[in-house]
Amino acid sequence: MDWMNMSALEVGKKIKAKEIGVEEVTKAALDRIAEKDKDVNAFITVCADEAMAQAKKVQKGIDEGTLTSPLAGVPMAVKDNMCTKGILTTCASKILTGFKPFYSSTAVNRLEEAGAVILGKLNMDEFAMGSTSETSFYGPVVNPWGTQRSPGGSSGGSAAAVAAGEAFYTLGSDTGGSIRQPASFCGVTGLKPTYGSVSRYGLIAYASSLDQIGPLGKNVEDVAEVLSIISGHDPKDSTSVAAGAIQTQLTGDIKGKRIGIPKEYFGDGLQADVKERVLAAAKKLEEMGAIVEEFSMPETDYAIPAYYIIACAEASSNLSRFDGVKYGYAAPEYKDLTDLYYKSRSQGFGMEVKRRIMIGAFVLSSGYYDAYYKKALQVKAVIKQSFDRAFGKFDCILSPTAPTTALKLGESLSDPLKMYLGDIYTVSVNLAGLPSLVVPCGFDKEGLPVGLQLTGQAFTESQLLNIGYAFQQATDYHLHLPETKKEA
Amino acid sequence: MKITDEMIDYIGILARLQLDESEKESAKNEMEKIINYMDVLNEVDTTGIEAMSHAFPVKNVFREDEVRPSVDRELITLNAPKKKDGCFQVPKTVE
Repeated sequence: MDWMNMSALEVGKKIKAKEIGVEEVTKAALDRIAEKDKDVNAFITVCADEAMAQAKKVQKGIDEGTLTSPLAGVPMAVKDNMCTKGILTTCASKILTGFKPFYSSTAVNRLEEAGAVILGKLNMDEFAMGSTSETSFYGPVVNPWGTQRSPGGSSGGSAAAVAAGEAFYTLGSDTGGSIRQPASFCGVTGLKPTYGSVSRYGLIAYASSLDQIGPLGKNVEDVAEVLSIISGHDPKDSTSVAAGAIQTQLTGDIKGKRIGIPKEYFGDGLQADVKERVLAAAKKLEEMGAIVEEFSMPETDYAIPAYYIIACAEASSNLSRFDGVKYGYAAPEYKDLTDLYYKSRSQGFGMEVKRRIMIGAFVLSSGYYDAYYKKALQVKAVIKQSFDRAFGKFDCILSPTAPTTALKLGESLSDPLKMYLGDIYTVSVNLAGLPSLVVPCGFDKEGLPVGLQLTGQAFTESQLLNIGYAFQQATDYHLHLPETKKEA
Repeated sequence: MKITDEMIDYIGILARLQLDESEKESAKNEMEKIINYMDVLNEVDTTGIEAMSHAFPVKNVFREDEVRPSVDRELITLNAPKKKDGCFQVPKTVE
């Protein structure tokens, strides 16, 4: 039996029952990575030695009864924008060459305390800026469902690693759809939690008011279990909400749940078979007792420009810390201090990162601040109000995750604006700080996965996960596995 | 709006980024396309709407002012490309 095709909780159960040893399953995962990752490129760093040492320690903890989490001993991997003590952390950028943090992010710490075995660090778009995982300094990630396809981004490595069975679950981060869109493209389950639910301490910042860490896995139960470990107040993140860990009751009962479908999300530009699969999923939920109704969100078109203005503005400020002095890459030759800054940054950042820093510097500059940045913050308020109105009527909003299935590699690099437009269904969720779950809901004509997006009111992860769980109880899309084969 | 050479040069100074001629040309074209697209926001009537920086109310978070050890200098400078006597080393800035 191939363990790597099992869910994280199934493996955890087998470890607990002593049917598998932690070292044995860690070795199996490392073997799988060695076999698959030359094609997928989901990993920037594989920490085989550290993982085996940790596996030994965790097995001891389980045997002695000190590690009792259902996920104790289950091997996982972390997006490379989260600090991991003593382990290379690159943000997929040349500018963080050689950077080994002296501390771990809170989410990683909490998982390690629960007995997680970290296999390595996952590839992504440079500084999480991109929707295809192609802007990585370490080369593009390849979608396990098709070798000519992008896994989406920016958490492309996090989604591809789960789809390829290289890790039982992963951590990603979502600033404008970076967990959800790759989950959709790779046929896995991914959750963007409510802003403030999971500590951002140790997450290398892109756009701090929008960034949120979340789990990706093979099914809703795995994702809910990871959330219960990583969520909860952290004094080290001042935007972390004063609440305990999110515990989810998965009953599968969704009778009477009111589900809204925003009709603007189903207009021009949506791939026909994506629309078909998503509406079929809505029908399925209706058959299970949910009340499904169409409604209007006319502000949809304004989410992308508002998002990119705000995200780029914050990025231009956040990324000013990379200066060739404190860590990472420093230009080998320079005239003076200012020249060291210019050269280190110009040589260290890739083109998409430079573009976003420059857009950010522009929209914040004197003379343009009111017209762009302030306006975007006002539109953000309008979008938030629109969601508030919707949640007066509905428990959850159902939509596609992206207008298409997985894009061909190389298609988006030449036209950044076109790539930005692909984020139409995901970015408004970040602007409003809401939780949003993606579950697989079928396949397109070419056999590529389609993801269903379920968005809820703030702090209703439990309800969202239960709706996703009900859907997975009634369908088997999440059980399908890709076969990495060359496309004709 | 037209993004001019002067604007690109000025943004480069603000962002501490140097672009070569071909990068500058493509940055100019792409930024112009992106900024012009962003102008669609002018369609939204935002009269009387307050700019919202956070989706939820955030306030200052205070902790007790207790003395506790700070991070070791050695750890802080662990990743520095150049360091000297527990400090980050930079080129001479004052003659």
